[in-house]
Amino acid sequence: MAAELDPRALRADFPILEREVNGVPLVYLDSAATSQKPRAVLDAMERYYTETNANVHRGVYALAAEATDRYEAGRFSVARLVGADRRGTVFTKNASEAINLVAWAWGIRNLTAGDAIVVTEMEHHSNIVPWQLVAQITGARVLFTPVDGDGRLDLEWLEVTLRTEPVRMVGVVHVSNVLGTINPVAEIARMAHTYGAKVLVDASQSVPHMPVRFADTGADFMAFTGHKMLGPTGIGVLVADPATLDAMEPFLGGGEMISDVRVEGSTWADLPYKFEAGTPPIAEAVGLGAAADYLMDIGMDAVRAHERSLTAYALGVLSEIDGITIHGPKDPDVRGCPISFSLPDLHPHDIAQLVDRQGVCVRAGHHCAKPLMRTLGVGATARASTYLYNTEQDIDTLARALAEARAFMAA
Amino acid sequence: MGLEDLYQQIILDHYRKPRHRGELAAPSVEVDHNNPVCGDQLHLEVRLEDGRIAEVGHTGDGCSISQASASMMSEAAVGLPVDDAMELIEHFRLMMHREAEPDEDRLGDAIALEGVAKYPVRVKCALLSWMALKDALQTHTATTER
Repeated sequence: MAAELDPRALRADFPILEREVNGVPLVYLDSAATSQKPRAVLDAMERYYTETNANVHRGVYALAAEATDRYEAGRFSVARLVGADRRGTVFTKNASEAINLVAWAWGIRNLTAGDAIVVTEMEHHSNIVPWQLVAQITGARVLFTPVDGDGRLDLEWLEVTLRTEPVRMVGVVHVSNVLGTINPVAEIARMAHTYGAKVLVDASQSVPHMPVRFADTGADFMAFTGHKMLGPTGIGVLVADPATLDAMEPFLGGGEMISDVRVEGSTWADLPYKFEAGTPPIAEAVGLGAAADYLMDIGMDAVRAHERSLTAYALGVLSEIDGITIHGPKDPDVRGCPISFSLPDLHPHDIAQLVDRQGVCVRAGHHCAKPLMRTLGVGATARASTYLYNTEQDIDTLARALAEARAFMAA
Repeated sequence: MGLEDLYQQIILDHYRKPRHRGELAAPSVEVDHNNPVCGDQLHLEVRLEDGRIAEVGHTGDGCSISQASASMMSEAAVGLPVDDAMELIEHFRLMMHREAEPDEDRLGDAIALEGVAKYPVRVKCALLSWMALKDALQTHTATTER
């Protein structure tokens, strides 16, 4: 078990947390949208550009070999973080592209008219829209697993649907970016596999915050993004068993991903390059590798322990606010960091604007989860989300800022 | 310069006591608009009579700025000939993009929304009901001319 995490010490690693906004210290509570970056990540990317920049997998000269080594070292670190096979760890642009890769490379060739794709009402749009696009072309249908009043998936509905419908794919978010719900993905994968369906887990909100081993999720595919886990924007990851990827045709075509190109047809490169067309995000892979190393140094158990405790604290503090509705499970054991809430007298947009005066960054809107907003019966929510650098003091500042926002609007 | 510019008392007053809120008995045209960024929704109904805006009714939900703006827009629009209303909508749009000096005589209370122009993400909130009115008037013109 890793040592306990000290957020106050870690904060020194994040240069941006020293800045002020509106004349007050920054209180960053929007890590579910994007995390801040530690010096180690920024330095690794700068070092790459100042010392090693060259294109990868091409040049025979020493510099190009070094660049390739750094790029592949980034992949190795990311694969190690989630216990994945290096050959089954594909770099994409972001989690959306990773899901699109599966929808197009797997879905187009494996789905036929009448097939069902099951997602959930709490999916981010990134795990809904690619399937709707593929459904339009294949004639498959997209079905939505309902969410109950406590923010949990209706697994009975899922079981019945798997039994009675020709379900070929189940797409499920590991941790909801709105409700914070940690879904029982291993159980869902077991159910889906019983009925011969594949499983894609969107791990964008779990991999940054808790120990996630790809094998333990039971999924066939796992997608996540770099910028929510201390890494740069512009890079995401698709993890799959190499045998699964070997059986698929490429998603995007171009340089890098070929073995041979002839006028009569082409053959594909080995994994994972078959799915990495064009010059990849090299510096981003280096940065993401540094982020994965940073997280492994701290230990994902320690990250989760800190965030579980901070979430419990936040749920306690926020639930004392008069009239507040906190969406999602109230038990910190079954929820991650995002906490969405509504106040009867303040629209989320006004909340976000007013607490900004105290330097507090919270998100307001539908969080790219409009089907869920309809289920919750709200147009939008305010959302506070923490990470390893947040403290109980940050939560106290949020609560104080909310009280002041109320007073301001009532004045 | 502070949030008081954005949340002036007159805006908060329209937010708390929206004018022309509700549905009309016999609308000539109705439209639904939403702000995809924040989820604000607006249902707007307009009754036209002899080329003038006789009645406006709005429902839906949204932030203080979008709600207050719908209330102010309704007040400014009722009684106007369609052409004048279209000009006023354009004037308001230009004000929100800081491309026109606001004309208080035409805007009425809506001039208070001038401060919103300093908050780019909120401009869409202020514009929502005005763009809905423009759509409603154009829709009505298109259907009656056909």
